[in-house]
Amino acid sequence: MISFRVIVTALSALRRNLLRSILTMLGIVIGIASVIAMMEIGAGASKQMSERISSMGSNVLMISPVAISSGGVSAGSGTGITLTSGDCEAIIRDCPAVKAATPVLSQGGIQVVAGSRNWSPNRIESGTPDYLEVQNWQVAEGACFTERDVTTAATVGLLGQTVADELFGEGSSPIGADIRIKNVTFRVVGLLAKKGANLMGMDQNDVVIVPWTTMRNRLARSGGTASTASSSHTYSRKDLYPITSVALYPSRDATQTSNYQMPIRFNNINRIQASAASADTIQTAISQIEETLRLRHRIADGAEDDFEVRNMSELLDTLTSTSTLMTNLLLVVALISLVVGGVGIMNIMFVSVTERTREIGLRMSIGARGSDILVQFLVESVILCVSGGLFGILAGRVASMVIASVLNWPTATSPSAIAISFAVSAAIGIVFGFYPAWRASRLNPIDALRYE
Amino acid sequence: MALIELENIRKTYALAGTEGVEVLKGVTLKINEGSLVALMGASGSGKSTLMNILGFLDTATSGRYLFDGRDVSKLSANDRADLRNERIGFVFQNFNLLSRTSALQNVLLPLEYQRKRRPKAENRAWAAELLKRMGLADRMDHAPNQLSGGQQQRVAIARALVNRPRILFADEPTGNLDSKTTVEILEMFRNLNKEEGITIVIVTHDAEVCDYAKETIQIRDGLVVGGAFGQEGGK
Repeated sequence: MISFRVIVTALSALRRNLLRSILTMLGIVIGIASVIAMMEIGAGASKQMSERISSMGSNVLMISPVAISSGGVSAGSGTGITLTSGDCEAIIRDCPAVKAATPVLSQGGIQVVAGSRNWSPNRIESGTPDYLEVQNWQVAEGACFTERDVTTAATVGLLGQTVADELFGEGSSPIGADIRIKNVTFRVVGLLAKKGANLMGMDQNDVVIVPWTTMRNRLARSGGTASTASSSHTYSRKDLYPITSVALYPSRDATQTSNYQMPIRFNNINRIQASAASADTIQTAISQIEETLRLRHRIADGAEDDFEVRNMSELLDTLTSTSTLMTNLLLVVALISLVVGGVGIMNIMFVSVTERTREIGLRMSIGARGSDILVQFLVESVILCVSGGLFGILAGRVASMVIASVLNWPTATSPSAIAISFAVSAAIGIVFGFYPAWRASRLNPIDALRYE
Repeated sequence: MALIELENIRKTYALAGTEGVEVLKGVTLKINEGSLVALMGASGSGKSTLMNILGFLDTATSGRYLFDGRDVSKLSANDRADLRNERIGFVFQNFNLLSRTSALQNVLLPLEYQRKRRPKAENRAWAAELLKRMGLADRMDHAPNQLSGGQQQRVAIARALVNRPRILFADEPTGNLDSKTTVEILEMFRNLNKEEGITIVIVTHDAEVCDYAKETIQIRDGLVVGGAFGQEGGK
């Protein structure tokens, strides 16, 4: 029914009233432009919000060994010794939904000394350079330690803001300074960006991060895992590189020697921290990790896992509900401006029908059917809306770019918004153009011809 | 042979609060193929209503209308639109040309609604030929506001002819024109009738127009009162 000729007719009719056509289009242009600009600014804000929330760790997965119990006495969560750094490497290699993973050894209540000052940070954490990516943490000053530092178990570390303030005074840079932990000297290579308290209310800045190999070799070199290491004994370089001829390894008693053949450089770790690529892939990441680890740990079907994977579901819920709220808010605002634009189109189409009553009468008298008139006006309004929509998309993109560069607001292009507003503007043309077009098609040719 | 036969055509307009106004009170007439008829009557006599019914713009309340031997009294709006397109050309008092549209495009307008399409080039050539015949060969690209009244009416006549109609209805075609152009237009109608054999019905209240018609039909108060079937008018 709608042929090329109808479109040509509609176009020439629009051209006859160029100014009015442009003004009508302007309504839709503004409507669509504001929708696009709003969607892009909103999407940017929404993206930033979810980035902020995920920086609190919503994407973080904790993989820890299950609790062990001995003689009916449970030792608590994470006391098993089942995870190794090999598990972490396997997760990175075999789980595509995992963005980054790091083995973690951590200890608490250890004194850190710098010059004449000392401080006991909440935790001393360790990992690979991925640790910061998993935690979505930036280095404010300096740089993170490197993979090479991990390989060589270098004595370097990153300080949290609180630790740096306590040891070096507020405002002064700790980069390059030496600190001592358990009599081992570490060089400060980086200062971590400020982070607030975590969900439990603990100060996240009260931390020192070192390579996990260094933690294993230099800070926690006894027992099964670092957390069970004795803190009464201090270790120093002398133990590894003795000046006097001393035994390289701590001596064992006879029972130990017969019962355990545990190497000194064990690979067991406290836990693995991994981060999913995005909030949507958390469940996929969890199942991939479970599959990988069950395979590596040779756990039979039906047997229980010797590890557990936890996520921050509370944060995740917040993230989901926030982004849903944002999306709905934007949708409502977009709908309102589109309805306003649509009513504008309907208004102008009515004016156009009234103004062109005699033309309609003439067209009918030379053989146009009612349906021809209906289609013509409908096509005119759709052309107005669609071209208005196209210009609107363009104007909206420009507006959001200008806002992004002038006001420094974050924006994000949203192809779906562009596609949707194009479809919506066509739909507006049909919906709001239909009633005026229908009225035009129902005109009596005699009355229309006589219309003054 | 009669192209148009009306038998006892009545038309009543419903008006709120009254029984309705009967504008045509039983019109019976015949218009032969190839004739040039003047439909005369004072204003309010019902001549415009009659022309609307003859031109398929309106339907009669009762009565029989035979067009080319076919009963067209009870056709649907779409069928009437198609008949208007294929068989009839209209010329109006106020020209009714599309503004800001070239003469050629105005002439081509009825072809947009043709059910049987012809090639575009053929249509354009035919429209240009008609304009040339109307003496507007050098005015084809002019918009109506760049043309004089007589020229506009000639564009309108070309438009009415573009569908090769059997019959041309002209509603006060000279009402807006001065006496000199009136004569030009009426001569043109006469030539079309004589040379092309097109049946022409001119609705008018102007006695001068009747001089050009072969027949005159007088309408008064909704009835054919006189006239002169087969009577040769003209100078």
